[in-house]
Amino acid sequence: MNKPLDASKLSAQESAAARWQREFGATAASDKPTRNRSGIDVKPLYTPQDWSGDYAAELGYPGQPPYTRGIYASMHRGRTWSQRQLIGLGTPPDYNARLLDMIAQGTTAVSLIPCNSVFRGYDMDEVHAELLGTCGVVANTVDHMELCLAGVDLERTSCAMNDPSPFTLLAFVLATAKRRGIDWRAISGTSNQSDYLSHFVANHMFFRIALAGARRILTDHVEFCNRHLPSWNPMSVVGQHMQQAGATPAEAMAFTLSSAIQYAEDCRARGMEPDAFLPRFTFFFDISVSLFEEIAKFRAGRRLWARITRERFGARDPRSWRFKFHGQTSGVDLTRQQPLNNIARVTVQAMAGIFGGLQSLHTDAYDEALSCPTEFGARIAVNTQNILREEAHLTDVIDPLGGSYYIESLTDEMERKILDIMAQVEAAGGMYAAVEQGLVQKMIGASARGFQERIESGEQTVVGVNAYQVEEGKGERQALPTPDPAKMQAHIAAFKAYKSMRSQDAVRQAQDRLASAAGDSKQNIFERVVEAAEAGCTHGEICATLRRELGFGQPLVVV
Amino acid sequence: MNRQPPKVLVTKIGLDGHDRGSRVVASFLRDAGMEVVYTPPWQDIPAVVKLAMEEDVDVIGVSSLATDHLIVPKLMQALGAAGLNDIAVIVGGIVPDADEAMLLEAGVARVFHPGSALEEIAAEIGRLTDARRAVNV
Repeated sequence: MNKPLDASKLSAQESAAARWQREFGATAASDKPTRNRSGIDVKPLYTPQDWSGDYAAELGYPGQPPYTRGIYASMHRGRTWSQRQLIGLGTPPDYNARLLDMIAQGTTAVSLIPCNSVFRGYDMDEVHAELLGTCGVVANTVDHMELCLAGVDLERTSCAMNDPSPFTLLAFVLATAKRRGIDWRAISGTSNQSDYLSHFVANHMFFRIALAGARRILTDHVEFCNRHLPSWNPMSVVGQHMQQAGATPAEAMAFTLSSAIQYAEDCRARGMEPDAFLPRFTFFFDISVSLFEEIAKFRAGRRLWARITRERFGARDPRSWRFKFHGQTSGVDLTRQQPLNNIARVTVQAMAGIFGGLQSLHTDAYDEALSCPTEFGARIAVNTQNILREEAHLTDVIDPLGGSYYIESLTDEMERKILDIMAQVEAAGGMYAAVEQGLVQKMIGASARGFQERIESGEQTVVGVNAYQVEEGKGERQALPTPDPAKMQAHIAAFKAYKSMRSQDAVRQAQDRLASAAGDSKQNIFERVVEAAEAGCTHGEICATLRRELGFGQPLVVV
Repeated sequence: MNRQPPKVLVTKIGLDGHDRGSRVVASFLRDAGMEVVYTPPWQDIPAVVKLAMEEDVDVIGVSSLATDHLIVPKLMQALGAAGLNDIAVIVGGIVPDADEAMLLEAGVARVFHPGSALEEIAAEIGRLTDARRAVNV
């Protein structure tokens, strides 16, 4: 790329550089170094002097290692990203109605967010009723999953289940498929957020099972999926939770890659071949409004993963080297003040993800800083993607920012920063140990506090919060999407009836077999979870049995 | 005047575990010289009441991101039943406007929305503490 310049050209360029330096100094006298969220000082100008890398070794062509420019040869020009909006609200019929509506509008990839009671491992009759279904669908049994997925062609629709260990929602999907006579090999989708370490670190829902137990069930589930579900992605390594909890973009990428290494090591220790499980590893990231930094984060992460899989794990199958990721625009960047401004923020975030080369995208609704999104807000979020793709032509050229002096230099700097943080994790004994000791939580807590202070000191502008504020009226906003209390009461009553009507012997036996698997490392716990789901056990019963055997997950609080 | 610093319990009740807000606020209040009792998320209401009583806190700060504010009225009732009406309760996080009115009605002293300044939260806790101690002298 960089041909040596002859002497006269070089000196002409030097004097041009000196002149620019002088003029810049004269017009931007008070220019201060600009530091990005990851702590990298950004210069006012990047030139050929800032990137002298080897094109073939460090960038290469899309679809070729090290994949800096994208994991597929045709990238978004060939097939654009999937629009995978997270949905989940109310009862299973409520969810199903919303889902069928989205499918009618062209969605081919669906996603299920369960209610927080499900995340915590409880059934609907164990929690405060007013909280049910406010943030996700209340699904506790295989019957509920059947209702959720009624009318959905499971052989043609990729389903993401947002549900970590012990993966009961996936078990309910498999039981539903069996009832419908569908071959499990045709089921495609992702155990979204199966990364228990990220849950533990960000404390979102670390509740169900203690760390060691969650670790074993995850590996059991990867093993089961490798054997029975060739089109399913059991591993979704998540940077999103940690960045939302306050990690900088570089930290989030570093911790996520360190977690992926941990999970791959655990699978290898179980005797699985890297090329058998790595092609089914996927990643899930937060995309902040810091546009160029995010683009560089994704490009650096992609290059690093290609190197890690080949050098550390000896993977030979190119599918193992590809860093497939889903991106979600950052809710933390959204403001309650002047909420329509969030549409602009989400647009920039989505552009960062698209230029970063993502495979699927969720755009947040502008009203997420006010409540769970309304249907109105959700429609704008989907149309933001449609506009970027079809009106703005962001997909015409692959990796359009590749070769920018700034982007390439920043990609290298982000890579160095990420490697530094990964080295700290490795020195602590790997991601599992680093999380167990609280090292990762401590770093994220400090970053969260530091960022808040930058906002309060005015160093970081947030429009409507610390700059450009206006007086705003109250109570003018859209009505909240709250579940219908009568429907929820009927749902609870039907659930109680279900529990009393099923074969209690079958349920007890399944629970006993589950407990015995938990105590015997030669058995596969997830296989027993699937059996328990088929036998009619509820989500809460499965979680309670495993919690009893493997211990409750107490969060490690580091303030 | 030999004034003891405010003592504040920072907690989360209900089902959600997003604790970035509660952690940032707790660490700020601690550095501002307050005595902070911090709990992990998912506390039961009776446990919060018991802790508030045993620790004799001036203020309880409840953080809510995902609709857990809906059970704060239950916390207010439980505090009242335990004779702890003098402890001020503030709520921080994502609270829709209509629900803010409901919370204030239930006796919550103040709701802090996203974008609130840490200094502002600390100042309010200082005021609420002064008010409580003025009554309880």
